[in-house]
Amino acid sequence: MNLKPWIAVLVAGVAGAASAQDSNTLSIDGEPMVTEVAAPAHVENLDTIYSGWRFRSAETQALETDDFDNPAFVFVDQGIDLFDKVDGTENKACSSCHENVEDFAGLRTQLPRVQDGELVTMENLINDCRTERMGAEPWKWSKGPMTAMTALIGLQSRGMPMNVTIDGEAAPFWEQGKELYYTRVGQLDMSCSNCHEDNYGVMIRADHLSQGQINGFPTYRLKNAKLNSIHGRFKGCMKNIRATPFAEGGDEFKALELYLASRGEGLSVETPSVRN
Amino acid sequence: MKYVLGGAFAVAMTASAAFAEEIKPTAVSFVDGTVEQSLTGQAGDPAEGRKVFANRKQGNCLACHTNADLAEESFHGEVGPPMDGVADRWNEAELRGIVTNSKMMFEGTIMPAFYVDKGYERPLEDFAGKSILTAQQVEDVVAYLLTLKEQ
Ligand code: HEC
Ligand code: HEC
Ligand code: HEC
Repeated sequence: MNLKPWIAVLVAGVAGAASAQDSNTLSIDGEPMVTEVAAPAHVENLDTIYSGWRFRSAETQALETDDFDNPAFVFVDQGIDLFDKVDGTENKACSSCHENVEDFAGLRTQLPRVQDGELVTMENLINDCRTERMGAEPWKWSKGPMTAMTALIGLQSRGMPMNVTIDGEAAPFWEQGKELYYTRVGQLDMSCSNCHEDNYGVMIRADHLSQGQINGFPTYRLKNAKLNSIHGRFKGCMKNIRATPFAEGGDEFKALELYLASRGEGLSVETPSVRN
Repeated sequence: MKYVLGGAFAVAMTASAAFAEEIKPTAVSFVDGTVEQSLTGQAGDPAEGRKVFANRKQGNCLACHTNADLAEESFHGEVGPPMDGVADRWNEAELRGIVTNSKMMFEGTIMPAFYVDKGYERPLEDFAGKSILTAQQVEDVVAYLLTLKEQ
Protein backbone atom coordinates (compact mmCIF):
# COMPACT_ATOMS: atom_id res chain seq x y z
CA MET A 1 0.00 0.00 0.00
CA ASN A 2 1.22 3.41 -0.92
CA LEU A 3 0.09 5.43 2.09
CA LYS A 4 -0.56 9.04 1.33
CA PRO A 5 0.45 11.30 4.19
CA TRP A 6 -1.98 14.05 3.19
CA ILE A 7 -4.93 11.66 3.19
CA ALA A 8 -3.93 10.55 6.70
CA VAL A 9 -3.87 14.21 7.71
CA LEU A 10 -7.28 14.77 6.13
CA VAL A 11 -8.78 11.76 7.89
CA ALA A 12 -7.39 12.86 11.22
CA GLY A 13 -8.36 16.48 10.64
CA VAL A 14 -11.94 16.25 9.41
CA ALA A 15 -13.21 12.99 10.80
CA GLY A 16 -15.32 11.18 8.27
CA ALA A 17 -15.01 13.70 5.45
CA ALA A 18 -12.33 11.75 3.63
CA SER A 19 -13.80 8.30 4.20
CA ALA A 20 -13.94 6.35 0.99
CA GLN A 21 -17.56 5.31 0.51
CA ASP A 22 -20.65 5.90 2.60
CA SER A 23 -22.23 3.25 4.81
CA ASN A 24 -25.72 3.38 3.29
CA THR A 25 -27.50 0.18 2.38
CA LEU A 26 -29.48 -0.24 -0.81
CA SER A 27 -32.87 -1.88 -1.10
CA ILE A 28 -34.82 -1.58 -4.31
CA ASP A 29 -38.57 -1.83 -3.83
CA GLY A 30 -37.79 -3.63 -0.57
CA GLU A 31 -35.33 -6.11 -2.06
CA PRO A 32 -31.86 -5.84 -0.46
CA MET A 33 -28.83 -5.42 -2.77
CA VAL A 34 -25.23 -6.37 -2.04
CA THR A 35 -23.22 -3.17 -2.58
CA GLU A 36 -20.14 -4.30 -0.64
CA VAL A 37 -18.40 -7.65 -0.50
CA ALA A 38 -14.92 -9.10 0.06
CA ALA A 39 -12.87 -8.76 -3.12
CA PRO A 40 -12.44 -12.03 -5.03
CA ALA A 41 -8.91 -13.49 -4.95
CA HIS A 42 -8.20 -12.47 -8.57
CA VAL A 43 -8.56 -8.78 -7.63
CA GLU A 44 -5.11 -8.44 -6.15
CA ASN A 45 -5.05 -4.87 -4.93
CA LEU A 46 -8.42 -4.45 -3.23
CA ASP A 47 -9.73 -5.95 0.00
CA THR A 48 -13.36 -4.97 -0.49
CA ILE A 49 -15.34 -4.14 -3.59
CA TYR A 50 -18.15 -1.60 -3.63
CA SER A 51 -20.92 -0.75 -6.04
CA GLY A 52 -20.69 2.71 -7.59
CA TRP A 53 -23.98 3.45 -5.81
CA ARG A 54 -22.05 3.83 -2.55
CA PHE A 55 -20.17 6.84 -3.91
CA ARG A 56 -23.13 8.84 -5.15
CA SER A 57 -24.95 11.64 -3.33
CA ALA A 58 -27.97 10.83 -1.18
CA GLU A 59 -30.30 12.38 -3.79
CA THR A 60 -28.87 10.28 -6.61
CA GLN A 61 -28.92 7.16 -4.43
CA ALA A 62 -32.59 7.67 -3.60
CA LEU A 63 -33.60 7.58 -7.27
CA GLU A 64 -32.50 3.96 -7.50
CA THR A 65 -34.44 2.68 -4.50
CA ASP A 66 -37.85 2.80 -6.12
CA ASP A 67 -38.71 1.87 -9.70
CA PHE A 68 -41.28 4.65 -9.88
CA ASP A 69 -38.60 7.23 -9.13
CA ASN A 70 -35.93 5.60 -11.25
CA PRO A 71 -35.81 7.58 -14.52
CA ALA A 72 -34.33 4.56 -16.32
CA PHE A 73 -37.71 2.84 -16.27
CA VAL A 74 -39.00 5.01 -19.09
CA PHE A 75 -36.46 3.17 -21.21
CA VAL A 76 -37.23 -0.22 -19.72
CA ASP A 77 -40.82 0.38 -20.88
CA GLN A 78 -39.51 1.10 -24.37
CA GLY A 79 -37.65 -2.21 -24.14
CA ILE A 80 -40.91 -4.01 -23.31
CA ASP A 81 -42.54 -2.52 -26.42
CA LEU A 82 -39.56 -3.45 -28.57
CA PHE A 83 -39.65 -7.01 -27.25
CA ASP A 84 -43.09 -7.46 -28.78
CA LYS A 85 -42.41 -5.51 -31.96
CA VAL A 86 -42.23 -7.46 -35.23
CA ASP A 87 -39.18 -6.49 -37.27
CA GLY A 88 -37.15 -7.90 -40.18
CA THR A 89 -37.78 -10.20 -43.13
CA GLU A 90 -38.88 -13.16 -40.94
CA ASN A 91 -41.81 -11.19 -39.51
CA LYS A 92 -40.87 -12.02 -35.98
CA ALA A 93 -40.61 -10.25 -32.66
CA CYS A 94 -38.34 -11.29 -29.80
CA SER A 95 -41.44 -12.57 -28.07
CA SER A 96 -42.24 -14.87 -31.01
CA CYS A 97 -39.44 -17.12 -29.75
CA HIS A 98 -38.72 -15.89 -26.22
CA GLU A 99 -42.13 -16.26 -24.70
CA ASN A 100 -41.30 -14.62 -21.42
CA VAL A 101 -38.57 -12.04 -20.89
CA GLU A 102 -38.22 -13.33 -17.31
CA ASP A 103 -36.59 -16.45 -18.72
CA PHE A 104 -33.47 -14.33 -19.12
CA ALA A 105 -33.03 -14.24 -15.32
CA GLY A 106 -29.38 -14.90 -14.46
CA LEU A 107 -28.01 -14.11 -17.92
CA ARG A 108 -26.64 -10.65 -16.99
CA THR A 109 -24.51 -12.14 -14.18
CA GLN A 110 -22.61 -14.39 -16.63
CA LEU A 111 -21.78 -12.00 -19.44
CA PRO A 112 -19.53 -11.57 -21.26
CA ARG A 113 -18.84 -15.27 -21.94
CA VAL A 114 -17.00 -17.32 -24.53
CA GLN A 115 -19.13 -18.90 -27.22
CA ASP A 116 -17.64 -20.74 -30.23
CA GLY A 117 -14.22 -19.36 -29.34
CA GLU A 118 -15.40 -15.75 -29.28
CA LEU A 119 -16.06 -13.45 -26.37
CA VAL A 120 -19.71 -12.33 -26.57
CA THR A 121 -21.60 -9.65 -24.68
CA MET A 122 -25.33 -9.08 -24.19
CA GLU A 123 -25.30 -6.75 -27.20
CA ASN A 124 -23.78 -9.49 -29.39
CA LEU A 125 -26.44 -12.02 -28.34
CA ILE A 126 -29.26 -9.59 -29.07
CA ASN A 127 -27.87 -8.58 -32.44
CA ASP A 128 -27.25 -12.23 -33.38
CA CYS A 129 -30.96 -12.87 -32.93
CA ARG A 130 -31.82 -9.79 -34.93
CA THR A 131 -29.57 -10.51 -37.88
CA GLU A 132 -29.66 -14.32 -37.96
CA ARG A 133 -33.11 -15.18 -36.63
CA MET A 134 -35.23 -12.15 -37.52
CA GLY A 135 -33.62 -10.93 -40.72
CA ALA A 136 -33.44 -7.48 -39.14
CA GLU A 137 -30.73 -4.80 -39.03
CA PRO A 138 -28.39 -4.97 -36.03
CA TRP A 139 -28.93 -2.27 -33.43
CA LYS A 140 -26.13 0.25 -32.86
CA TRP A 141 -24.12 -0.67 -29.75
CA SER A 142 -24.99 2.27 -27.52
CA LYS A 143 -28.11 3.68 -29.14
CA GLY A 144 -31.62 3.81 -27.67
CA PRO A 145 -33.12 0.49 -28.82
CA MET A 146 -30.07 -1.51 -27.72
CA THR A 147 -29.70 0.09 -24.29
CA ALA A 148 -33.47 -0.22 -23.72
CA MET A 149 -33.23 -3.94 -24.47
CA THR A 150 -30.06 -4.56 -22.42
CA ALA A 151 -31.77 -2.73 -19.53
CA LEU A 152 -34.91 -4.88 -19.82
CA ILE A 153 -32.97 -8.15 -20.04
CA GLY A 154 -30.45 -7.10 -17.36
CA LEU A 155 -33.30 -6.17 -15.00
CA GLN A 156 -34.37 -9.82 -14.94
CA SER A 157 -31.11 -10.55 -13.03
CA ARG A 158 -31.42 -7.68 -10.57
CA GLY A 159 -30.29 -8.69 -7.09
CA MET A 160 -28.32 -11.70 -8.35
CA PRO A 161 -24.54 -11.78 -7.81
CA MET A 162 -22.16 -10.98 -10.68
CA ASN A 163 -20.42 -14.20 -11.58
CA VAL A 164 -18.51 -14.37 -14.88
CA THR A 165 -16.28 -17.26 -15.88
CA ILE A 166 -12.64 -16.25 -16.16
CA ASP A 167 -10.81 -19.55 -16.50
CA GLY A 168 -10.62 -22.10 -19.29
CA GLU A 169 -11.44 -20.61 -22.68
CA ALA A 170 -12.10 -17.23 -21.07
CA ALA A 171 -8.61 -16.93 -19.59
CA PRO A 172 -6.83 -15.27 -22.54
CA PHE A 173 -9.62 -12.69 -22.90
CA TRP A 174 -9.50 -11.98 -19.17
CA GLU A 175 -5.71 -11.52 -19.33
CA GLN A 176 -6.11 -9.10 -22.22
CA GLY A 177 -8.69 -7.12 -20.26
CA LYS A 178 -6.46 -7.01 -17.21
CA GLU A 179 -3.55 -5.77 -19.28
CA LEU A 180 -5.71 -2.97 -20.72
CA TYR A 181 -6.94 -2.03 -17.25
CA TYR A 182 -3.40 -1.40 -16.04
CA THR A 183 -2.00 0.24 -19.20
CA ARG A 184 -1.53 4.00 -19.20
CA VAL A 185 -2.94 5.80 -22.22
CA GLY A 186 -3.65 9.28 -23.53
CA GLN A 187 -1.91 12.60 -23.25
CA LEU A 188 -2.64 12.48 -19.51
CA ASP A 189 -0.95 9.07 -19.45
CA MET A 190 -3.24 7.28 -16.99
CA SER A 191 -4.62 3.78 -16.59
CA CYS A 192 -8.07 2.81 -15.36
CA SER A 193 -6.39 1.59 -12.17
CA ASN A 194 -4.83 5.01 -11.44
CA CYS A 195 -8.30 6.40 -10.79
CA HIS A 196 -10.54 3.45 -9.93
CA GLU A 197 -8.15 1.30 -7.91
CA ASP A 198 -5.53 3.67 -6.44
CA ASN A 199 -7.83 6.62 -5.78
CA TYR A 200 -11.41 5.44 -5.35
CA GLY A 201 -13.19 7.27 -2.56
CA VAL A 202 -11.54 10.64 -3.15
CA MET A 203 -12.80 13.62 -5.10
CA ILE A 204 -11.34 14.33 -8.53
CA ARG A 205 -12.52 17.87 -9.07
CA ALA A 206 -16.34 17.57 -8.84
CA ASP A 207 -16.51 13.77 -9.07
CA HIS A 208 -16.38 11.26 -6.25
CA LEU A 209 -14.27 8.43 -7.65
CA SER A 210 -15.76 4.94 -7.40
CA GLN A 211 -14.15 1.61 -8.24
CA GLY A 212 -15.58 1.83 -11.76
CA GLN A 213 -17.80 -1.25 -11.32
CA ILE A 214 -20.18 -2.34 -14.09
CA ASN A 215 -22.85 -4.14 -12.04
CA GLY A 216 -25.42 -1.40 -12.71
CA PHE A 217 -25.27 -1.15 -16.51
CA PRO A 218 -26.79 0.18 -18.57
CA THR A 219 -26.85 3.16 -16.22
CA TYR A 220 -29.11 6.16 -16.39
CA ARG A 221 -26.90 9.21 -16.05
CA LEU A 222 -28.31 12.49 -14.79
CA LYS A 223 -25.63 14.16 -16.89
CA ASN A 224 -27.12 13.09 -20.22
CA ALA A 225 -30.58 11.89 -19.18
CA LYS A 226 -30.35 8.57 -21.00
CA LEU A 227 -29.14 5.02 -20.62
CA ASN A 228 -25.40 4.57 -21.07
CA SER A 229 -23.79 1.36 -22.25
CA ILE A 230 -20.73 -0.17 -20.64
CA HIS A 231 -18.55 0.50 -23.68
CA GLY A 232 -19.94 4.03 -23.92
CA ARG A 233 -18.71 4.65 -20.38
CA PHE A 234 -15.26 3.21 -21.16
CA LYS A 235 -15.11 5.51 -24.15
CA GLY A 236 -15.95 8.54 -22.01
CA CYS A 237 -13.26 7.73 -19.46
CA MET A 238 -10.66 7.30 -22.20
CA LYS A 239 -11.56 10.61 -23.83
CA ASN A 240 -11.29 12.36 -20.47
CA ILE A 241 -7.64 11.37 -20.29
CA ARG A 242 -7.26 12.47 -23.91
CA ALA A 243 -6.85 8.94 -25.24
CA THR A 244 -8.29 7.63 -28.50
CA PRO A 245 -10.97 5.21 -27.31
CA PHE A 246 -11.16 1.66 -28.60
CA ALA A 247 -14.20 0.81 -30.72
CA GLU A 248 -17.51 0.04 -29.00
CA GLY A 249 -18.11 -3.66 -29.51
CA GLY A 250 -14.44 -4.22 -30.40
CA ASP A 251 -12.18 -6.92 -28.96
CA GLU A 252 -10.43 -4.56 -26.52
CA PHE A 253 -13.59 -3.24 -24.88
CA LYS A 254 -15.14 -6.71 -24.73
CA ALA A 255 -12.03 -8.02 -22.95
CA LEU A 256 -12.05 -5.02 -20.61
CA GLU A 257 -15.74 -5.67 -19.91
CA LEU A 258 -15.00 -9.26 -18.92
CA TYR A 259 -12.18 -8.15 -16.65
CA LEU A 260 -14.29 -5.47 -14.98
CA ALA A 261 -17.23 -7.86 -14.57
CA SER A 262 -14.86 -10.21 -12.74
CA ARG A 263 -13.72 -7.38 -10.46
CA GLY A 264 -17.35 -7.04 -9.39
CA GLU A 265 -17.85 -10.71 -8.52
CA GLY A 266 -20.44 -11.00 -5.75
CA LEU A 267 -21.97 -7.53 -6.14
CA SER A 268 -25.67 -7.53 -6.98
CA VAL A 269 -26.73 -6.69 -10.49
CA GLU A 270 -28.40 -3.27 -10.11
CA THR A 271 -29.53 -2.82 -13.69
CA PRO A 272 -30.75 -0.23 -14.48
CA SER A 273 -28.79 1.92 -12.01
CA VAL A 274 -28.76 5.70 -11.61
CA ARG A 275 -25.51 7.65 -11.61
CA ASN A 276 -24.56 11.28 -12.10
CA MET B 1 5.99 14.10 -46.27
CA LYS B 2 9.05 14.62 -44.09
CA TYR B 3 9.94 17.61 -46.24
CA VAL B 4 6.57 19.26 -45.79
CA LEU B 5 6.70 18.80 -42.05
CA GLY B 6 10.22 20.17 -41.93
CA GLY B 7 9.07 23.24 -43.85
CA ALA B 8 6.16 23.90 -41.52
CA PHE B 9 8.48 23.53 -38.59
CA ALA B 10 10.95 26.07 -39.98
CA VAL B 11 8.13 28.57 -40.48
CA ALA B 12 6.91 28.05 -36.93
CA MET B 13 10.44 28.56 -35.66
CA THR B 14 10.95 31.88 -37.39
CA ALA B 15 7.51 33.08 -36.41
CA SER B 16 8.36 32.61 -32.76
CA ALA B 17 11.85 34.01 -32.97
CA ALA B 18 11.12 36.00 -29.82
CA PHE B 19 11.05 32.72 -27.94
CA ALA B 20 14.29 31.45 -29.43
CA GLU B 21 15.51 30.45 -26.01
CA GLU B 22 12.52 28.23 -25.31
CA ILE B 23 13.61 24.74 -24.28
CA LYS B 24 11.80 21.95 -26.16
CA PRO B 25 10.10 19.27 -24.06
CA THR B 26 12.63 16.64 -25.10
CA ALA B 27 15.55 18.93 -24.29
CA VAL B 28 14.69 19.69 -20.66
CA SER B 29 17.45 18.51 -18.36
CA PHE B 30 16.56 17.03 -15.00
CA VAL B 31 18.79 16.61 -11.95
CA ASP B 32 17.15 14.42 -9.31
CA GLY B 33 13.72 15.42 -10.60
CA THR B 34 14.49 19.15 -10.53
CA VAL B 35 14.87 21.60 -13.42
CA GLU B 36 17.15 24.56 -12.69
CA GLN B 37 16.86 26.50 -15.91
CA SER B 38 13.76 28.47 -16.87
CA LEU B 39 12.06 26.87 -19.90
CA THR B 40 11.59 30.25 -21.56
CA GLY B 41 14.39 32.40 -20.23
CA GLN B 42 11.64 34.79 -19.16
CA ALA B 43 10.01 35.29 -15.77
CA GLY B 44 6.66 33.57 -15.30
CA ASP B 45 3.52 35.59 -14.58
CA PRO B 46 1.88 34.37 -11.34
CA ALA B 47 -1.51 35.89 -12.25
CA GLU B 48 -1.56 33.89 -15.50
CA GLY B 49 -0.33 30.82 -13.62
CA ARG B 50 -3.23 31.07 -11.22
CA LYS B 51 -5.64 30.92 -14.18
CA VAL B 52 -3.82 27.97 -15.75
CA PHE B 53 -3.96 26.14 -12.39
CA ALA B 54 -7.77 26.36 -12.27
CA ASN B 55 -8.61 26.07 -15.99
CA ARG B 56 -10.06 22.64 -16.78
CA LYS B 57 -8.62 22.68 -20.29
CA GLN B 58 -5.13 23.73 -19.18
CA GLY B 59 -3.50 22.75 -15.88
CA ASN B 60 -6.71 21.61 -14.20
CA CYS B 61 -4.50 21.19 -11.14
CA LEU B 62 -7.61 21.72 -9.01
CA ALA B 63 -8.87 18.37 -10.24
CA CYS B 64 -6.42 16.76 -7.83
CA HIS B 65 -5.20 19.46 -5.43
CA THR B 66 -7.11 21.60 -2.97
CA ASN B 67 -5.91 25.19 -2.85
CA ALA B 68 -7.20 27.73 -0.34
CA ASP B 69 -6.00 30.58 -2.56
CA LEU B 70 -8.62 29.56 -5.14
CA ALA B 71 -11.54 29.44 -2.70
CA GLU B 72 -13.80 31.06 -5.32
CA GLU B 73 -13.60 27.90 -7.46
CA SER B 74 -16.19 25.43 -6.23
CA PHE B 75 -14.66 22.00 -6.76
CA HIS B 76 -11.24 21.03 -5.45
CA GLY B 77 -10.03 17.47 -5.86
CA GLU B 78 -8.10 15.53 -3.24
CA VAL B 79 -6.08 13.00 -5.22
CA GLY B 80 -2.81 14.82 -4.43
CA PRO B 81 -1.60 16.92 -1.48
CA PRO B 82 -3.10 20.37 -0.73
CA MET B 83 -1.20 23.21 -2.42
CA ASP B 84 -1.33 25.48 0.65
CA GLY B 85 2.21 26.43 1.62
CA VAL B 86 3.72 24.43 -1.24
CA ALA B 87 6.46 27.06 -1.68
CA ASP B 88 7.57 26.43 1.89
CA ARG B 89 8.17 22.80 1.02
CA TRP B 90 9.72 23.02 -2.45
CA ASN B 91 12.06 25.48 -4.16
CA GLU B 92 11.73 26.86 -7.68
CA ALA B 93 13.83 24.19 -9.42
CA GLU B 94 11.92 21.44 -7.65
CA LEU B 95 8.55 22.94 -8.55
CA ARG B 96 9.61 23.38 -12.17
CA GLY B 97 10.66 19.74 -12.25
CA ILE B 98 7.36 18.59 -10.70
CA VAL B 99 5.21 20.57 -13.15
CA THR B 100 7.34 19.69 -16.18
CA ASN B 101 7.35 15.96 -15.51
CA SER B 102 6.40 14.84 -12.02
CA LYS B 103 7.32 11.24 -12.85
CA MET B 104 10.97 12.28 -12.53
CA MET B 105 10.30 13.24 -8.90
CA PHE B 106 7.50 10.84 -7.89
CA GLU B 107 7.93 7.45 -9.52
CA GLY B 108 4.70 5.98 -10.88
CA THR B 109 2.61 9.01 -9.93
CA ILE B 110 -0.88 9.60 -11.35
CA MET B 111 0.01 13.29 -11.84
CA PRO B 112 0.34 14.03 -15.57
CA ALA B 113 3.59 15.33 -17.03
CA PHE B 114 2.68 18.80 -18.26
CA TYR B 115 5.62 19.47 -20.54
CA VAL B 116 6.15 16.22 -22.41
CA ASP B 117 5.12 15.83 -26.04
CA LYS B 118 5.82 12.18 -26.78
CA GLY B 119 6.01 8.79 -25.14
CA TYR B 120 2.35 8.50 -24.23
CA GLU B 121 0.13 5.93 -26.03
CA ARG B 122 -3.04 6.44 -28.13
CA PRO B 123 -3.45 10.19 -27.62
CA LEU B 124 -6.59 11.74 -29.12
CA GLU B 125 -5.60 13.13 -32.49
CA ASP B 126 -5.91 16.76 -31.39
CA PHE B 127 -3.33 16.26 -28.67
CA ALA B 128 -0.83 13.99 -30.43
CA GLY B 129 2.71 15.33 -30.35
CA LYS B 130 1.73 18.15 -28.01
CA SER B 131 2.45 18.90 -24.39
CA ILE B 132 -0.45 19.73 -22.05
CA LEU B 133 1.04 23.13 -21.22
CA THR B 134 3.34 25.43 -23.18
CA ALA B 135 6.75 26.36 -21.80
CA GLN B 136 5.40 29.79 -20.84
CA GLN B 137 2.41 28.28 -19.04
CA VAL B 138 4.74 26.01 -17.05
CA GLU B 139 6.78 29.05 -16.02
CA ASP B 140 3.59 30.94 -15.13
CA VAL B 141 2.38 28.05 -12.95
CA VAL B 142 5.77 27.77 -11.25
CA ALA B 143 5.73 31.52 -10.55
CA TYR B 144 2.24 31.14 -9.11
CA LEU B 145 3.17 28.16 -6.92
CA LEU B 146 6.04 30.21 -5.51
CA THR B 147 3.47 32.66 -4.10
CA LEU B 148 1.76 29.90 -2.07
CA LYS B 149 3.51 30.42 1.27
CA GLU B 150 2.20 29.94 4.76
CA GLN B 151 5.31 30.91 6.72
C1 HEC C 1 -36.65 -16.93 -34.39
C2 HEC C 1 -36.56 -17.08 -32.98
C3 HEC C 1 -35.89 -15.96 -32.20
C4 HEC C 1 -36.14 -14.63 -32.24
C5 HEC C 1 -37.14 -13.88 -33.09
C6 HEC C 1 -35.27 -14.03 -31.27
N1 HEC C 1 -34.51 -14.97 -30.67
FE1 HEC C 1 -33.18 -14.69 -29.20
N2 HEC C 1 -32.67 -16.64 -29.30
C7 HEC C 1 -33.25 -17.58 -30.08
C8 HEC C 1 -32.58 -18.85 -29.90
C9 HEC C 1 -32.94 -20.14 -30.60
C10 HEC C 1 -31.56 -18.61 -28.99
C11 HEC C 1 -30.55 -19.59 -28.47
C12 HEC C 1 -31.27 -20.34 -27.42
C13 HEC C 1 -30.42 -20.72 -26.31
O1 HEC C 1 -29.23 -20.90 -26.51
O2 HEC C 1 -30.96 -20.80 -25.20
C14 HEC C 1 -31.65 -17.21 -28.62
C15 HEC C 1 -30.84 -16.62 -27.69
C16 HEC C 1 -31.00 -15.32 -27.21
C17 HEC C 1 -30.26 -14.74 -26.12
C18 HEC C 1 -29.19 -15.45 -25.29
C19 HEC C 1 -29.90 -16.24 -24.23
C20 HEC C 1 -28.98 -17.09 -23.39
O3 HEC C 1 -29.40 -17.46 -22.30
O4 HEC C 1 -27.87 -17.39 -23.81
C21 HEC C 1 -30.72 -13.46 -25.96
C22 HEC C 1 -30.26 -12.46 -24.92
C23 HEC C 1 -31.72 -13.26 -26.96
N3 HEC C 1 -31.87 -14.40 -27.68
C24 HEC C 1 -32.44 -12.07 -27.11
C25 HEC C 1 -33.32 -11.85 -28.14
C26 HEC C 1 -33.92 -10.56 -28.40
C27 HEC C 1 -33.71 -9.31 -27.55
C28 HEC C 1 -34.68 -10.72 -29.51
C29 HEC C 1 -35.44 -9.63 -30.24
C30 HEC C 1 -34.65 -8.47 -30.65
C31 HEC C 1 -34.57 -12.12 -29.92
N4 HEC C 1 -33.72 -12.77 -29.07
C32 HEC C 1 -35.22 -12.66 -30.98
C33 HEC C 1 -34.33 -17.38 -30.90
C34 HEC C 1 -34.85 -16.17 -31.23
C1 HEC D 1 -8.93 10.44 -14.52
C2 HEC D 1 -9.60 9.42 -13.75
C3 HEC D 1 -10.27 8.29 -14.49
C4 HEC D 1 -9.68 7.34 -15.27
C5 HEC D 1 -8.21 7.23 -15.66
C6 HEC D 1 -10.72 6.42 -15.65
N1 HEC D 1 -11.92 6.80 -15.12
FE1 HEC D 1 -13.65 5.77 -15.12
N2 HEC D 1 -14.57 7.24 -14.11
C7 HEC D 1 -13.96 8.39 -13.65
C8 HEC D 1 -14.93 9.22 -12.98
C9 HEC D 1 -14.66 10.57 -12.34
C10 HEC D 1 -16.16 8.51 -13.03
C11 HEC D 1 -17.51 8.95 -12.44
C12 HEC D 1 -17.47 8.72 -10.94
C13 HEC D 1 -17.18 7.30 -10.60
O1 HEC D 1 -18.07 6.43 -10.63
O2 HEC D 1 -15.98 7.00 -10.34
C14 HEC D 1 -15.88 7.26 -13.73
C15 HEC D 1 -16.83 6.26 -13.93
C16 HEC D 1 -16.56 5.03 -14.48
C17 HEC D 1 -17.50 3.93 -14.56
C18 HEC D 1 -18.96 3.95 -14.09
C19 HEC D 1 -19.09 3.40 -12.69
C20 HEC D 1 -20.54 3.26 -12.25
O3 HEC D 1 -20.75 2.94 -11.07
O4 HEC D 1 -21.45 3.46 -13.05
C21 HEC D 1 -16.85 2.90 -15.18
C22 HEC D 1 -17.43 1.54 -15.50
C23 HEC D 1 -15.51 3.35 -15.48
N3 HEC D 1 -15.37 4.64 -15.02
C24 HEC D 1 -14.55 2.61 -16.13
C25 HEC D 1 -13.28 3.07 -16.47
C26 HEC D 1 -12.35 2.32 -17.28
C27 HEC D 1 -12.59 0.96 -17.87
C28 HEC D 1 -11.22 3.09 -17.38
C29 HEC D 1 -9.96 2.80 -18.17
C30 HEC D 1 -10.15 2.69 -19.60
C31 HEC D 1 -11.46 4.31 -16.63
N4 HEC D 1 -12.73 4.27 -16.11
C32 HEC D 1 -10.53 5.31 -16.44
C33 HEC D 1 -12.63 8.71 -13.77
C34 HEC D 1 -11.68 7.96 -14.41
C1 HEC E 1 -4.48 13.47 -11.69
C2 HEC E 1 -4.15 14.14 -10.47
C3 HEC E 1 -3.15 15.30 -10.49
C4 HEC E 1 -3.19 16.42 -11.28
C5 HEC E 1 -4.15 16.76 -12.42
C6 HEC E 1 -2.13 17.27 -10.80
N1 HEC E 1 -1.47 16.66 -9.76
FE1 HEC E 1 0.07 17.44 -8.69
N2 HEC E 1 0.20 15.72 -7.60
C7 HEC E 1 -0.66 14.66 -7.70
C8 HEC E 1 -0.26 13.64 -6.75
C9 HEC E 1 -0.95 12.29 -6.53
C10 HEC E 1 0.88 14.15 -6.10
C11 HEC E 1 1.71 13.46 -5.01
C12 HEC E 1 2.90 12.82 -5.64
C13 HEC E 1 2.78 11.33 -5.67
O1 HEC E 1 2.21 10.79 -6.61
O2 HEC E 1 3.23 10.68 -4.72
C14 HEC E 1 1.12 15.47 -6.63
C15 HEC E 1 2.14 16.30 -6.20
C16 HEC E 1 2.29 17.61 -6.59
C17 HEC E 1 3.22 18.55 -6.00
C18 HEC E 1 4.12 18.28 -4.82
C19 HEC E 1 3.30 18.71 -3.63
C20 HEC E 1 3.82 18.40 -2.27
O3 HEC E 1 3.50 19.16 -1.37
O4 HEC E 1 4.53 17.41 -2.11
C21 HEC E 1 3.06 19.73 -6.66
C22 HEC E 1 3.79 21.02 -6.42
C23 HEC E 1 2.02 19.53 -7.66
N3 HEC E 1 1.58 18.23 -7.58
C24 HEC E 1 1.59 20.51 -8.52
C25 HEC E 1 0.63 20.31 -9.51
C26 HEC E 1 0.27 21.31 -10.49
C27 HEC E 1 0.83 22.70 -10.54
C28 HEC E 1 -0.65 20.74 -11.29
C29 HEC E 1 -1.32 21.35 -12.52
C30 HEC E 1 -0.43 21.93 -13.52
C31 HEC E 1 -0.90 19.39 -10.80
N4 HEC E 1 -0.10 19.18 -9.73
C32 HEC E 1 -1.82 18.51 -11.33
C33 HEC E 1 -1.73 14.55 -8.55
C34 HEC E 1 -2.08 15.46 -9.53
